[in-house]
Amino acid sequence: MYFRETGQFKSKYKEELAAFPIFEDKIGIAIAALLAFVLIPIFGLPGLSWDFTMSAVMIPVVIFTITTLGLNILLGFAGQISLGTAAFMGVGAYSCYKIMTIFPDLNALICVVLSGVVTAFVGTIFGLPSLRIKGFYLMVATLAAQFFLEWAFIRIPWLYNYNISGAIEVPYKEMFGIVLTGAKSEPLTRYFVCLGFLVVLTWLASNVIRGRIGRSWMMIRDMDIAAELIGVRPLTAKLSAFAFSSFYIGISGALMVFFWLGAAEVESFDINHSFTYLFMVIIGGLGSITGCYFGAILVWVIPVILKEYGKSVFGIDAFVMENFTTILLGVVMVVILIVEPHGLARIWQIAKQKLRLWPFPY
Amino acid sequence: MKKTIISAFVAVSTLITTVGMSFGDLLVPVMTYRVGPFAANGTQNANGFVDYLTMLNERDGGINGVKIKVEECETGYKAEKGVECYESYRGKNPLVHTPNSTGITLQILAKAPEDKTPILTMGYGLSAAAKGETFPWAFNYPTSYFSQMTSILKYIDSQTGLKDQKIGFIFLESGYGREPIPVLEQLAPKFGFEYFLLPVAGKDAQNQSSHWLTVRKEKPDWMIMWGWGVMNPTAVKAAIKSRYPLDRFVGNWWSAGDVDLGPIGEAGKGYKGATFNATGTDFPAVQDVIKYVVSKGITKTGSEGPGTVLYNRALWNAALIAEAIKTAQDITGKKEITGEDMRIGLENFVLDEARLKELGFAGMVAPIVGSCKDHEGAGAAFIQQWDGSKWVKITDAIDPMKDIAQEMLTKAAAQYASNNAGWTTQTCK
Repeated sequence: MYFRETGQFKSKYKEELAAFPIFEDKIGIAIAALLAFVLIPIFGLPGLSWDFTMSAVMIPVVIFTITTLGLNILLGFAGQISLGTAAFMGVGAYSCYKIMTIFPDLNALICVVLSGVVTAFVGTIFGLPSLRIKGFYLMVATLAAQFFLEWAFIRIPWLYNYNISGAIEVPYKEMFGIVLTGAKSEPLTRYFVCLGFLVVLTWLASNVIRGRIGRSWMMIRDMDIAAELIGVRPLTAKLSAFAFSSFYIGISGALMVFFWLGAAEVESFDINHSFTYLFMVIIGGLGSITGCYFGAILVWVIPVILKEYGKSVFGIDAFVMENFTTILLGVVMVVILIVEPHGLARIWQIAKQKLRLWPFPY
Repeated sequence: MKKTIISAFVAVSTLITTVGMSFGDLLVPVMTYRVGPFAANGTQNANGFVDYLTMLNERDGGINGVKIKVEECETGYKAEKGVECYESYRGKNPLVHTPNSTGITLQILAKAPEDKTPILTMGYGLSAAAKGETFPWAFNYPTSYFSQMTSILKYIDSQTGLKDQKIGFIFLESGYGREPIPVLEQLAPKFGFEYFLLPVAGKDAQNQSSHWLTVRKEKPDWMIMWGWGVMNPTAVKAAIKSRYPLDRFVGNWWSAGDVDLGPIGEAGKGYKGATFNATGTDFPAVQDVIKYVVSKGITKTGSEGPGTVLYNRALWNAALIAEAIKTAQDITGKKEITGEDMRIGLENFVLDEARLKELGFAGMVAPIVGSCKDHEGAGAAFIQQWDGSKWVKITDAIDPMKDIAQEMLTKAAAQYASNNAGWTTQTCK
């Protein structure tokens, strides 16, 4: 009833191939965009202060969606498992810091993109073992990347400019008179920068995935021998997946430090964070772009909001809520994996299917 | 049905908004960690802090008649939770931030001047914050890591002399652990001692065997530790196992708590630690906390909490904040002060012997006076030793090598300011 495709005829191939071929989907995406671009930036979320909504909920969730997109490209579309996500974010962050301090006059946004390029390069190098090994063995190889990079972030003081505290700090940057980074920047500016990156990167990912490269990734994922036989080169397909994925992850790492945290130590890029990003991808749904959004929102936003409500509405102690949300997230994860192993994206698809028939199931 | 849901939603959201806003109290936010790998230490810290301010509410009805509202935020000692906590206080007029983590301090340090809320990091945080002219909004009373390291080295000098000694420095590999390394770097050639570094990554805190093999090989004359959480007891146990003489092993003030040595007990006898507050419940302030808060059960503290190193230190931390609030109230003539007023309070309070006696801290801590230039204070630390069941003070206050520490602090502060273009400074009279 709410979701009816009847009467929506396509007379051109172009319409058939549109990103959102169904009218209702267009409405849905318009509502989501309205929320993200207008309503939340103006009103915030109910019950939370505006600053908190922006700085603790919206900015991180946008950044983590980019991370999840990156990891999903590798894991969901190309079938190459990686546990080094957090370390690659670190590569993005540290390279952005280096680029910013070496070229102080370079625009902050260009620095972020360049740090993505650096990470893509590093990611490709660590992706090389994927040409020979698969599955669990590859996972262990990426684990090595995680540990090696963590080690490098501590032991190579050049990376943090010999700073005594070993942390990277965010320099002050502006563009067209608007402060982009540093403590003087407005949360709104930082949010829109991140959101801009997310929109562009989502658009890019959805197009690449639907194109030749994306199809070669999926062929490799589904059956690499068959893919090789019909002319897909594993070398280019696998390495391009690593490069593309690392590019996203690097950008999100740079955004995380420069547009959200404001300073970072190596512990922001440790293995536990890698697992969190992996959960986001799995809960959201492997091989689905919408799923990246769902996963990041569920894993990041729900605990933060619950904690805040628990404190302000019910007066529950913060540390009780902390434990509670950890338990809750674990339960949700297990339930989702049992009920629907394909994640929230699949649940969303089923819901759409049901809505088509509702209220007349037949 | 739909209407009910909508009206329920509206009702809930208005309720949430109204509950969220309650002004009129003095909001003292504190970031604590009662969960995670550092919870054992974090809980005592949190309890002491909250209990002292609760005691003021119970005993005196707040400060100058205005109630104090302590708001805890759980960080789990994770840096990214710091931003979340910091934002959750925004707009509620927080007086002073207590991040309880050097990593979080680094993150919020740059925001403090923008939000006009000072940060007090008692005995942790960025050492360079001692320079009040460069860091108008950050304070690290009563002393910094730089100063503490020089105090410890002075103590070693008084025992065996520093010349030709070999010192092993074992530290938690983080911003916190790395802070004092420049001191070693600079002083080693000057005093003619050698040192080597043993960095312990956070996740390896419980697995230090390889480091202690190095210790066996290198045979250092002294060991100094900058540890936290489960790393501390692990290191002391490893030292016992590798038969390292414990009386040559000195922890900093975060590596010498009752929670660290308690589980080791008799075997840990001889281990030394620096501190800037005495232990025990003999002080009137501690007695008041027991009387008004702990015995009444309006706390999360068990009876074993008061008197321990970290608990007493947190009391002292809260007391300093309370004194700064009072000073700010007196200077501005306002009862309900803001973060900006609080900054004035933090630069002008006077905690001399007489005032410490009034507050019930006499003998527990050294007197300290707030100042615009020096956000670090007196900076003295003393050495205590574990006697198998409790900590015993074995030296008087050891002043840091002021000239050396000051020179390094100035350099570090200048470096921070030059890294952050447009950094807000102040000029002191």
